[in-house]
Amino acid sequence: MEVNPGESKTVEQQIEKNIILTKLDDLLNYSRAHSFWPLTFGLACCALEMMAAGGARYDISRFGYEVFRASPRQADLMIVAGTITDKMAPVVKRIYEQMPEPKWVVAMGNCAISGGPFADSYNVVPGADTLLPVDVFIPGCPPRPEALFHGLLTLKEKIIHPKVVNKVE
Amino acid sequence: MENISKGLVYFLYVVAFVLLNIMYLIYLERKFSAFLQQRPGPNRVGPRGLMQTLVDVVKLFSKEDIIPEKADRWVFRLASLLVMVPALLVYVVLPFGKNMVIADLNLGLFYFLAVASLSSVFVLMAGWGSRNKFSLLGGMRVVAQVISYEIPMIFSLLGIVMLSGSLKMTEIVSAQSKVWFVFLQPVAFVIYFIAATAELNRGPFDLPEGEQEIIAGPFTEYSGIRYIMFYMAEYTHMIAVSALATTLFLGGPSGPVLPSWLWFILKTYFMILLFMLVRWTFPRIRLDHMMNFNWKYLIPISLANILLTGIGIQIFQLMKG
Repeated sequence: MEVNPGESKTVEQQIEKNIILTKLDDLLNYSRAHSFWPLTFGLACCALEMMAAGGARYDISRFGYEVFRASPRQADLMIVAGTITDKMAPVVKRIYEQMPEPKWVVAMGNCAISGGPFADSYNVVPGADTLLPVDVFIPGCPPRPEALFHGLLTLKEKIIHPKVVNKVE
Repeated sequence: MENISKGLVYFLYVVAFVLLNIMYLIYLERKFSAFLQQRPGPNRVGPRGLMQTLVDVVKLFSKEDIIPEKADRWVFRLASLLVMVPALLVYVVLPFGKNMVIADLNLGLFYFLAVASLSSVFVLMAGWGSRNKFSLLGGMRVVAQVISYEIPMIFSLLGIVMLSGSLKMTEIVSAQSKVWFVFLQPVAFVIYFIAATAELNRGPFDLPEGEQEIIAGPFTEYSGIRYIMFYMAEYTHMIAVSALATTLFLGGPSGPVLPSWLWFILKTYFMILLFMLVRWTFPRIRLDHMMNFNWKYLIPISLANILLTGIGIQIFQLMKG
């Protein structure tokens, strides 16, 4: 049988070229990785850089990540952008629990990584990973929008290749 | 038996038409807003980002389906299913092209308006069933807005009915063979456009979903596939309302050279782009301003429009003989 008479390749080669064979898991992972809907949620000044990332100059929508949802029920990605105080910590945790699975957390900025300049303070949580399972840490005080993009693209790689990530662990 | 198979074919046609259009309307909305704000818009998934919506939908399909513990389970579930019903039903009377109307009812326009206003009931159901203060507030805002803006919308369409002398869609189209009604009824067109924007809950009338005040309005508790249903219903409704505007004001499927269905789609997309332009240009208005604008300006103007249309028709008939 010849699928495309003009080409001298075998049928198998032509099928390989024209038909994408994949597993359902791969399709779902690809889809999830290419459409994070972040939660409209900011704790401190890093949130301003997050907004700048959504603006026209940096434009987060190129990657398809611009659909900021106000309701945690429709969001997949929590960008912890800023200082988590002891007072805010239970709220952050509850918002995370309200999000439907599968969900991811990005810790944006030094405060969300370790408490940043307030690490010794009596009322600042030393890092988002004490509360939530953080997937990607983005250092900076605050990180530039490019750094945020790099973090999100790292998370994308992590979701598309779950096995690679598991091996590293 | 023949009726059933015919009905099935029509149903499949409408669903295919709507789904294909929505897929690329969402993409169009994202790209068009990007164009208006001078940024590139989605361009990573597929050529020029064309597969972005597909990826989003597959992702939403795979999300967890959360039903709040205290929610009214049946109302909550039914609302997300039934909301598509009135949105799809209105397509029955739209003339997609020459002899391409599914059921050319004598009361076509009346049917469209009656069925379209039903959708607010299901949105209220969603708001009530979620047992969430934001949802309920949003649901009540939807009902208040849709009911108030229904009045100027219907009044503005009365002018069309007076000119064409019929509620039948095909007869309204054939009455525009010489002049489109948008030129005879410009005021009615503007009022219809504003009222339709409010009925669709699109910006600047997107108070029911005002993120700053009530999170996502009636849809606050919906996740994954149930949320898509509401999203799709909204876009289905937008296509229907644009198609109605095309039929009533822009001469429907009539036009030179190109086939009639293509003209219909082109005009409908013109209307849709107009809706998008308005959404991405104006800020959201306040609740009391919205109500004031409706009751103090739109309704009196639409009533005056009916009066003037009646006088105009009388004068025209007197001059004619």
